[in-house]
Amino acid sequence: MAVSQSKVLRNVLREEAFYFFTSIGNYTGQSAFSLDEFLQKIKDVDIKSLEFHLFREDFEKWIAQTLGDNRLSEEIRVLRAQKVVGNVLRDRLYFIVSRRLKELKSPLPITK
Amino acid sequence: MVEQIQINAWVGEMKSKSQEVNLDQLDWQILRLLQENAKQTYTEIGNKLNVAHSTVYDRIQKMEEHGFIKKYEALLDLEKMGIQQITAQMIITSDPKETENLARKMTKFSQVLEVATSFSEELVIIAKVVARNQAELHTFIARSIAPLPGVLRIRTAIATKKYKEERFSLASRENASRKRNNL
Repeated sequence: MAVSQSKVLRNVLREEAFYFFTSIGNYTGQSAFSLDEFLQKIKDVDIKSLEFHLFREDFEKWIAQTLGDNRLSEEIRVLRAQKVVGNVLRDRLYFIVSRRLKELKSPLPITK
Repeated sequence: MVEQIQINAWVGEMKSKSQEVNLDQLDWQILRLLQENAKQTYTEIGNKLNVAHSTVYDRIQKMEEHGFIKKYEALLDLEKMGIQQITAQMIITSDPKETENLARKMTKFSQVLEVATSFSEELVIIAKVVARNQAELHTFIARSIAPLPGVLRIRTAIATKKYKEERFSLASRENASRKRNNL
């Protein structure tokens, strides 16, 4: 089943956006309302926030449940299993998401 | 279970500005006794203060009508009841244009026990929040508070060990005042 490109790339409502925290209850003030914005925030947000959300599986859940992209969610799950931290995590996450974004925006058929 | 009373007055003054009604010494004594134990009868209070129970009744009626006594409630020992909960203090940095609205919206959540605004270095909202556990606390803040318009940042401190938890009491204030006068 082909993924709905428009669903994955859309801007979500305020209550569906991704809010970046560094720990329980500590919100950084950074949020993402789309996958495009999520990619930009990966570059800027405190590294602690990326680590916090990755290991809580928050990225995987948001991407699968809110944006509807199971493939990207699975790629992030694999990254989580590798237990990378710090800037290596930031770089790999950025690479995975930007690659998927390029694919979604390309005119070729999208795989699941 | 301890009965508690909430008193809506600033205790440092013997005259209240609320609706131009003055509280006299007897009123203050009645309030202090009620705050210690709101289940006392009018007769019991009257006996302690050497006044008729009808006088106590009239005074309490007057103080209820004028809002000095907000309500009577039971103070429960949740731990004994087997109810687990964690308490956290949130400090929310907000857009000054939205702070008032934001604080009002926060009062609507049952998880939020207290909400206040503070202006020290910057305008913030301080809120006391309860949840069953850390996961529930985080979900509440992430899904219900962070998305509210005007929220810029949130800092949350979870209480891990409680050393004291009491409400303001007239008796303790009187004791403190006596100690000051003796110095």
